[in-house]
Amino acid sequence: MIQLQIGMSDIKIKIIDREGVSHEVDAPTDMNMNLMEVVRSYELAPEGTIGICGGMAMCASCQCYVQSDHELPEMSDDEEAMLSEAFNVKDNSRLGCQLHITEDLDGLQVELAPEEA
Amino acid sequence: MIKTDILIIGAGPTGLFAVFEAGLLQLKCHLIDALPQAGGQCSEIYPKKPIYDIPGFPEVLAGDLVDNLMEQIKPFQPGFTLGERAETIEKLEDGSFIVTTNKGTKHHAPVVAIAGGLGSFEPRKPLLENLEKYEDNGVAYMIKEPEIYRNKKVLIAGGGDSALDWSIFLADIAKEVTLVHRRNEFRGALDSVEKVQQLKNEGKINLITPAEVVALKGENRLEKVTVKDTSTSEETDVEVDDFIPLFGLSPKLGPISNWGLEIEKNAIKVDNTYDYQTNIPGIYAIGDVNTYPGKLKLILCGFHEATLMCQSAYQRINPDKKYVMKYTTVGGVTGFDGSKKEAPKAVVKAID
Repeated sequence: MIQLQIGMSDIKIKIIDREGVSHEVDAPTDMNMNLMEVVRSYELAPEGTIGICGGMAMCASCQCYVQSDHELPEMSDDEEAMLSEAFNVKDNSRLGCQLHITEDLDGLQVELAPEEA
Repeated sequence: MIKTDILIIGAGPTGLFAVFEAGLLQLKCHLIDALPQAGGQCSEIYPKKPIYDIPGFPEVLAGDLVDNLMEQIKPFQPGFTLGERAETIEKLEDGSFIVTTNKGTKHHAPVVAIAGGLGSFEPRKPLLENLEKYEDNGVAYMIKEPEIYRNKKVLIAGGGDSALDWSIFLADIAKEVTLVHRRNEFRGALDSVEKVQQLKNEGKINLITPAEVVALKGENRLEKVTVKDTSTSEETDVEVDDFIPLFGLSPKLGPISNWGLEIEKNAIKVDNTYDYQTNIPGIYAIGDVNTYPGKLKLILCGFHEATLMCQSAYQRINPDKKYVMKYTTVGGVTGFDGSKKEAPKAVVKAID
């Protein structure tokens, strides 16, 4: 049996870019994407300023502040270590590349952290 | 002056493979890289991570890929200027280029191929007021001459391998070593962490965690740094001669962006319909550093771009020569070192 799921697997995410502009975007849950990739796919931050390491939690260019009270997956050691060395870190900082797009994140609101000088 | 046929800026996988393709065309290459070792991101950021999309390798560690490439290009005897950043480019009347590094090393070549990836890796600087005022005046981001810290009071910030390793090393040289890190946990080789623990117990390293440096003070030269305990928000001034923040490296396109090349999305625009040449004839850009419609930043795409670039470079260097591409299976590989690899000849023998 073939099941069609067109449009069924998108969630809504609100992303405030580095200029303070708010964007409400659809993010697919069935494309194995993370939040950093969603930001890049909508070009909400210039290419080359986000996701520099490609999503290995080895740079902090996709750092964001989570403003909604969603329950998020626990931080891995890599993410925690990276955030402990990153700049502009706040209590609600996460690395976008470590947040997988799942249905649980529907309605998520995040703000992109400033670009490191 | 270093002279070569193709001057490659960036010794990552794309730059290294370009040496091979150039070598098949009897062109010599020299590579410049800001890092002290070849391999680019593969060596610097993720040497122990596997890559699954190199054709013919179901799985290969990034570090091993670099080792293999170095082995593959060995017969073509590439030259390296490592630990130096390409700073300026000058086009001579004959159309050739002189590229000078930040240390003044000059390179002369008819063709320049920028394989600079995300740019050159520069130390990440903490966001502190007056930081620049104290640079080379008490603040350094790299330790080049450990001896200058003899009998000095040194404060190191960071939680990775370099912060740990230098704290250990300087504990024997400096008068006082203080290590400040935002967390109680360090991410480094286990024996480095244990060694720091031991030196702390012996009173040879003053460890302040969880804490961060929040201010720098000093009349003309750095005299004190303010360290904030992040659990209590209490701030303390620590008297120091030197402050060394070791927060890793991050890539910056850097001086290349002032070379008059067309830049889009932090990358160099190239002609992807033909040879990956930039808007300046004779300068090519290959691998992650370039952009064109449909660009993918994949190592395998960089290999392809390097190959086409070399064909175009050959024509540019030898405008009057005719050339047809030869398969390595047919032509073998003849190195500049005299080595020759070729397919074994089939034995022809009569059957009685």
